[in-house]
Amino acid sequence: MQQAPATNQIDTRDMALAIRRHAVQMTHLGKSSHVGSVLSLADILAVLYGRVMAVDPADPRWADRDRFILSKGHAGAGVYAALAERGFLPREQLRTHYQNGSKLSGHVSHKGVPGVEFSTGSLGHGLSVGTGMALAAKRAERGNRVYVLLSDGECDEGSNWEAIMFAAHHKLDNLVVAVDYNKIQSLDLVSNTLALEPFADKWRAFGWHVVEVDGHDHDALFAALDVPAGGRGQPSVVICHTTKGKGVSFMENQVLWHYRTPQGDEYHDARAELGLTGEGETADA
Amino acid sequence: MRDAFIAELLEMAERDPSIMLITGDLGFGVLNAYIERFPRQFLNAGVAEQNMTGLAAGLALEGHKVYTYSIGNFTTLRCLEQLRNDVCYHDADVTAVAVGGGFSYGQLGMSHFATEDLAILRALPNMTVVAPSDPWETRVLTRQMAAAPGPKYLRLDKGKAGLTPDESDVTLGKVRTIRDGAALTIVTVGAILSEALKAADALAGQGIDARVLSVHTLKPLDPAPLVAAARETGAIVCIEEHSTVGGLAGAVAQLCLEQGAAPKAFRAVGLADLYPTIVGDQNYLRSAYGMDAAAIAAACRAAIEVAA
Repeated sequence: MQQAPATNQIDTRDMALAIRRHAVQMTHLGKSSHVGSVLSLADILAVLYGRVMAVDPADPRWADRDRFILSKGHAGAGVYAALAERGFLPREQLRTHYQNGSKLSGHVSHKGVPGVEFSTGSLGHGLSVGTGMALAAKRAERGNRVYVLLSDGECDEGSNWEAIMFAAHHKLDNLVVAVDYNKIQSLDLVSNTLALEPFADKWRAFGWHVVEVDGHDHDALFAALDVPAGGRGQPSVVICHTTKGKGVSFMENQVLWHYRTPQGDEYHDARAELGLTGEGETADA
Repeated sequence: MRDAFIAELLEMAERDPSIMLITGDLGFGVLNAYIERFPRQFLNAGVAEQNMTGLAAGLALEGHKVYTYSIGNFTTLRCLEQLRNDVCYHDADVTAVAVGGGFSYGQLGMSHFATEDLAILRALPNMTVVAPSDPWETRVLTRQMAAAPGPKYLRLDKGKAGLTPDESDVTLGKVRTIRDGAALTIVTVGAILSEALKAADALAGQGIDARVLSVHTLKPLDPAPLVAAARETGAIVCIEEHSTVGGLAGAVAQLCLEQGAAPKAFRAVGLADLYPTIVGDQNYLRSAYGMDAAAIAAACRAAIEVAA
């Protein structure tokens, strides 16, 4: 069997910072939304791609790879950045995100982008597909794991709960969901929109193994996410308590930064907070 | 057709362990033999068609040949976005099978009439759209579809055309010429071919020789026989147990116009952009909504007058 390249050389904190820097630059250059969403899940992506998942940039379709689906496709810039940091695509390609003719769409797409397992953008799709991939791995007696990253607002979608029932019924213990629980959705707080609480109890009641972690604590994320593909008899969910906009003070916990794009002084301030020196590449006025 | 499909799937599953049949909790009494023989190639997803279809895409991307099975619009419209985004965009080898095309479940009411499915499914890139006219043809097309990777829609009907089996005459993606004629051309999709043949008989009794074409594969549409029909017979009448918006008639009209072969007369026989508000058996509803043999013959005579 092909061995995945060693991941223990990667400092996931460096990788998370790189994802955040890319996110701010990509959303600036593309004048695009969702920077707060990417900053929210940068640590989860860094721990998954940098330390947990067996993936191989030299062979993106390697049969035994761990699968990852970003169900909250609007944070696709984060996946592109993580893949660039892992060598699946050139870092320079990131600057094409959102631009005319680019393969790097605002919502994550697999077409022509090595390493993207599945395209999403409409919420409530990724978990069903991941469930199918996990079931196929079981049937084929393959030892890989399937990771699906959901947003909290996305849990409004009923299709997720169909998949949650199915995965528990079929004891898919090679399936791991991470929820980026930053408590803010598109227009308002989750608690003001459709309350999810008691959130962990809902998953438990549906038959899932539940772990709650600080979604910015890399060791806690690693311990919760790096579960063996099998043995537990139930799928796992890691509820990651996160801060939307994490890493840029004025974006943190602000509904505004779901849609606002960093331009002008805000762009320069965000760069400075993330330790980027100089003016960097700037978007056309 | 439903039993013919399952019989063929049973034979295919024997040879191909990648085949997976997923039902949305329907098929009571129909799927038993399959389930008993291939328990590991069967799933009941429960009454949850969105998950069923996403699940199917996930399985297909991992190498399975997947069939989602339910009645009416439940494998299609109920989970349309899963078909669009998860199956079609990813070119996944998933066949959505709908039992009960058109008015097959005529007594069950509007919710169970599949009367916009052809138009909507045809609009999805990568999707092959198939509606057989007979149980034996269903078996042939099921086998041929299995050999063609990618997203497919199989619309099964309670009715049947009643033609003698001739496997050599059925090729996925090719129009079947059922009857030759020069006065006009009747083009059908699915089992309502039976009404078209009755209409053609009635017309023949009046000295009108109608050509009859059966379009079992609505997408991709086979251009040559349709263009030839428009040029050679001058009048085309499309018959579908389906809305006249965007289905067979829309496809044939667009094809003929784009090919510079506009017929002198064109008629669309089907459901006139409305929801039926009464119930009855399939034949009753075909009559009530103007797509039985008499209505088809009348449309044909009107078309000939225009073309003359």
